[in-house]
Amino acid sequence: MALNVGCAAPPGRSTDNKTGSWRVFMPRFDSEACSKCGMCQLICPEGCIRQTDAKEFVPDYDYCKGCGLCAEECPKAAITMVQEEK
Amino acid sequence: MALEIMEGSIAVAQAVRRCRPQVVSAYPITPQTHIVEALAEIVANGELAADYITVESEFSALSACVGAVAAGSRAYSATTSQGLALMFEVCFNMAGMRLPIVMTIANRALGAPLSIWNDQQDSISLRDAGWLQFYAEDNQEAVDLHYIGYKVAEDHRVLLPTMVCFDGFILSHTYEPVNMLTQEEADAFLPPFVPKYRLDAASPVSMGMYATPEYYLEFRYETDQAQKRAIEVLREVGREFGERFGRDYSALVESYRMEDAETAIVAMGSICGTTKDAIDEMRAEGKKVGLVRLRCFRPFPSEDLKAALAGASRVAVLDKNIVLGAGGSTPRGAVALEVRDALYGSTTPVLDYVIGLGGRDVRIEDIKKVVALSEAGDGDRFYGLRTEVL
Repeated sequence: MALNVGCAAPPGRSTDNKTGSWRVFMPRFDSEACSKCGMCQLICPEGCIRQTDAKEFVPDYDYCKGCGLCAEECPKAAITMVQEEK
Repeated sequence: MALEIMEGSIAVAQAVRRCRPQVVSAYPITPQTHIVEALAEIVANGELAADYITVESEFSALSACVGAVAAGSRAYSATTSQGLALMFEVCFNMAGMRLPIVMTIANRALGAPLSIWNDQQDSISLRDAGWLQFYAEDNQEAVDLHYIGYKVAEDHRVLLPTMVCFDGFILSHTYEPVNMLTQEEADAFLPPFVPKYRLDAASPVSMGMYATPEYYLEFRYETDQAQKRAIEVLREVGREFGERFGRDYSALVESYRMEDAETAIVAMGSICGTTKDAIDEMRAEGKKVGLVRLRCFRPFPSEDLKAALAGASRVAVLDKNIVLGAGGSTPRGAVALEVRDALYGSTTPVLDYVIGLGGRDVRIEDIKKVVALSEAGDGDRFYGLRTEVL
């Protein structure tokens, strides 16, 4: 992202801020254990978990801040937080 | 151009009128009040086509100006002391958003204890906010720096807010002859403001958006670069002003009788007028004394200052502010810190004098005593400390 003077930004530019860089722990999804309840998608404060055509839930690591709420709330314990190597 | 005798505050208000701000928002505070009173009258009389926004605080006054400049208007405000302190947050935002404005500071001490009298602690305390800071020696310069201030601030190489500082009461309430530009002259020098970005519903932008750790440092770099570019822009605009109107402001530091000077005084603001008179008397007595006056504190003209002080054996800095806690066991003012930084590596001693705080008069005799103290190597001290009341 090239800087604009004074941080003036046209609409949509907040998507340029890849908040995934804030992450220390990343959620790892186990699709075998997942019951497809969708709780992770509902609870994600960043709105960055989507369901694929194959019905699997996947996070967008560009924006996932690693808060761990999805792992905490998953009724099947199918999401684990692992320290990320950067 | 006609020479008129008028109060400093009125002269500033008349100059501001000729700069044609479209929005004026300010909150009255001593000793700035006469400026904004006069402007209110000028607007009410239909002599300036501006929206005059009355607000409940200085925080709101400058915030209204942020919105006005963001929308593409030329804006104006004025304040001092506690009022400027209340603007602290807005000052940093305005510079970071790169919104140009000229705001007059009628310099006054900061409480506590409450003092309505002059020193330069208020604007000095906003040193790091990203604003350009000019200091006027007399009312003519205060007036001219408003035209120059807008032109430099609005230059797309700069785009930074600007404080034009002049000493409260000493200049703001003093009647002096002032050459006032005609409206035609002012218009020819200062064209309308052309914003880089502006708030426009047809083409929306957000300003001053948050920056993640990957970008924040770069925004600070950009603002610092704009400050550094302002040095050349100021020279250029100051020269143009001189070519048009005969008063040249291309020098960021003014050297007064510095030829063969052994003792160089460094100061800024109205104290320099007294200092020049003291120097004239000392020169008549054969003392080799000169003055290097800072017209501009931000950006700090380090290289110009270094060149101006090159021949001096010692430097005596008059600081009408104090950086509390700095300097180890001795007191230190902000100007001396900058002068020492500029002269780093040189063997020339820099002696600091914290002087004239809270309206304490500084007279010709005092300047002579400072010079005598500096010759004796006695510096980095308060000048005129009344130890009997301690």
